[in-house]
Amino acid sequence: MTSCEYQQIDPQALPTPTPAPPPHHGNDRDKREEPKRPRRKWQVFPGKNRFYCDGRIMVARQSGVLPLTLGLIVITSGLFFIFDCPFLVKHLTSCIPVIGGGLFVFVVITLLQTSLTDPGILPRATPDEAADIEKQIDNTGNASYRPPPRTKEVLINQQVVKLKYCFSCKMFRPPRTSHCSLCDNCVERFDHHCPWVGNCVGKRNYRFFYTFIVSLSFLTAFIFGCVTTHLALRAQGGKGLVFALQESPGSAVELVICFFSVWSILGLSGFHTYLVASNLTTNEDIKGSWSGKSGEGVTNPYSHKNIFINCCSVLCGPMPPSLIDRRGFLPTDESVQTAGAGIELPALAAKSEINVVGGSSQPASGLPESPSPVPAPPHSHQNSSSV
Amino acid sequence: MAETHSLQDMRQQPAVAAKVFIQRDYTKGTVCQFQTKFPSELETRIDKQQFEETVQTLNNLYAEAEKLGSQSYIEGCLACLTAYTIFLCMETHYEKVLKNIAKYIQEQNDKIYAPRGLLLTDPIERGLRVIEVTIFEDRS
Repeated sequence: MTSCEYQQIDPQALPTPTPAPPPHHGNDRDKREEPKRPRRKWQVFPGKNRFYCDGRIMVARQSGVLPLTLGLIVITSGLFFIFDCPFLVKHLTSCIPVIGGGLFVFVVITLLQTSLTDPGILPRATPDEAADIEKQIDNTGNASYRPPPRTKEVLINQQVVKLKYCFSCKMFRPPRTSHCSLCDNCVERFDHHCPWVGNCVGKRNYRFFYTFIVSLSFLTAFIFGCVTTHLALRAQGGKGLVFALQESPGSAVELVICFFSVWSILGLSGFHTYLVASNLTTNEDIKGSWSGKSGEGVTNPYSHKNIFINCCSVLCGPMPPSLIDRRGFLPTDESVQTAGAGIELPALAAKSEINVVGGSSQPASGLPESPSPVPAPPHSHQNSSSV
Repeated sequence: MAETHSLQDMRQQPAVAAKVFIQRDYTKGTVCQFQTKFPSELETRIDKQQFEETVQTLNNLYAEAEKLGSQSYIEGCLACLTAYTIFLCMETHYEKVLKNIAKYIQEQNDKIYAPRGLLLTDPIERGLRVIEVTIFEDRS
């Protein structure tokens, strides 16, 4: 063994801790030690979501047909502005593109907000919490056998509500919370997973979703009406519909799209208006949880018994914050036992330095895991306001 | 490894003896409320009334955050009219109350819980599911 290839390092002489994590330091893979750039929580998020803009924007992993939805709206509105507006401005009023433009902007904004907002995801239970819950439940089976579903009953407004245990998130789900299998997350006040917007619809984005479908129905109806008027005006004087369609081919496309979508969207808006007025979710309505089928006296315990108050509380209630704190930094120490990793580190790093060949003389060389070091404070829990 | 042990002793960091979780109380619906039942593990450490007062104050603060009042309606309607874009620039009422809650918990920890070897974790860091009370080993 040639001793000239490396030299013994004096641990006391080390100026700063080097970024190489000691291989025998058996920490959780998620945690990084001080000098490395601290990772944000979205990078270790367990659900099936994708994050953009450093955690500011999130979507479900399966974007569904969101590009199709957006494409249809943009194309239809674009055709409307190109083919119908000039004619209608000349023959009717210039308010038409203004109203159309306003509705279009409203629709796109609310669609993007529905898709890109955290729907109300509940973060999974920490290992300590899960262990505590397990202790409270009588668990006689071994790890490989899944025990029968665990439920807890709670009385809400004189109604018995069953809380189910979520095996993925390791906690009892709060009332009205459901686990979405597509996103692999528990979502509060779970309504449904909408493939058209590519996201779950839950507590935090239900108002965006409702505003989106209502404004979309207005937009579709408006475009439909305008296109019909346009074609009718063009076909006047005995020229015929075919002639009108030939002159304005875009209108034909719009007519077809709007005709088929206006009924379904109007129907959906009507259905969700009913849900909002009775403070129900699609999930509860489909399952018939409060319809009284299962017995006498079963009413919705969450309803305020007043349509106006129900609407206000669902649509204009306080906006709850995102619970998953995706832009917060991962703590470098999860529990107090590993606190002071900063003090431990130089000693351990020093120890590893002695074993590593030529490692300490070039601290930034050949380390596959370290990105460009950013001097961020190690114990920061930054709760930046998130959409 | 001998080096790290001596460093650890020098730091005199108390070890965690146990963790108690105060679960949510759902009897009033989905509003954020915590159970005020006093856990038996804390009997030796803190006064029951003191603890219940802390939890009750937290409950009141959360109730205020989720209150359906004129302020929340105005905020909601204004948000709807602006296509909810004001949420990007404005801090909501809920977030303001959460800041108050964080301050309150910090203050309670400093004044009451830390001297008794306890630590309250802000429920927002646990997704508003539990209030985590960490019990440290009694070094005395």
